[in-house]
Amino acid sequence: MARKRREVPEINASSMADIAFLLLIFFLAVTTLDTDTGLMRQLPAIPDPNVPQDVNKINDRNILEVKVNKDNLLLVEGELTEFSQLREIAFRFIVNAANQPNMPEKEIVNIPYFGDVPVTKAVISLQNDIGTKYGVYIAVQNELIAARSKLREDLAMQQFGVPYERLDEDRKGAVDDFYKVPISEAEPKRIGEK
Amino acid sequence: MARFVKTGEKSVKAISTASLPDIVFITLFFFMAITTMRETDVMVTVRLPEATEGKVLEKKSLASFIFIGEPLGNFQALYGSEPKIQLNDTFKEINDIQDFIAQEREQLSEADKTKMIVVLKIDKDARMGIVTEVKQSLRRASALKIMYADTNVDQIIFQQ
Repeated sequence: MARKRREVPEINASSMADIAFLLLIFFLAVTTLDTDTGLMRQLPAIPDPNVPQDVNKINDRNILEVKVNKDNLLLVEGELTEFSQLREIAFRFIVNAANQPNMPEKEIVNIPYFGDVPVTKAVISLQNDIGTKYGVYIAVQNELIAARSKLREDLAMQQFGVPYERLDEDRKGAVDDFYKVPISEAEPKRIGEK
Repeated sequence: MARFVKTGEKSVKAISTASLPDIVFITLFFFMAITTMRETDVMVTVRLPEATEGKVLEKKSLASFIFIGEPLGNFQALYGSEPKIQLNDTFKEINDIQDFIAQEREQLSEADKTKMIVVLKIDKDARMGIVTEVKQSLRRASALKIMYADTNVDQIIFQQ
């Protein structure tokens, strides 16, 4: 029962271009090319009320206290500070080049790629008032992150000769371990409501 | 001495358009691939704060967005001019955030659930009071990975 092969009529493809154009224009119109950028942060988990808190575990000298009040004024370690100086202060605080006793202590830690190195125990604590402007808060946080990134960047260049961004995950992790410097956002307090 | 001989009328050959559909298709696929549909209409004014350290959000599919800002003009009659929280397409209160997070998390695949990122798009003139409350309820909903959306600049001009 051999069937005769039927001729398939050729489909006219001249309108293909028109259809494609239509689709193209549709996608052109709905496309938004903007990418979102922002500061990545990790919030602390809510502490378990059943687990006793270990209070005051961090030595006072290791904490850089940054406060922003409702008038958007900056208080660093209890002193009124200009915004422009913040990055420098944070930078010097983390490095503590002269090993001053009122600046963060260092601990010898073994880090892959680096060996036994003195690692700073610095922590930055950021506190804000309920009336602080969000823009100011972000600006301050940005400065603190910038100080830390600068150190990591320098370290990456010095150790690996490659910018931090181009390191693989392991090396990035090693650099991060070298300058951990958590920036903690304190539990909110209600003071000076506006 | 040069022998440039003009050989009569030159006719311009018609350009073949046979490859035009292919070119168009390639462009089409490109745009299809990069398109992310805008799912929500922003109903609040959000002027993002400026920062220099912002990183690009790489996986948009993992992100949920929370907008905080003054309602736009036509919503102000109903909702007032104080900064409000917008989730998806409606104005919501702080208490609704936990439900919102649970709902958004439900939409992600099992493997991605832990990688969920909450992008906070907050107007720079909003007060920290509302932001802190949102942050607290995010913690309660254990959505701990957050991103403060910003506009990237080279230098911050600080204004109080």
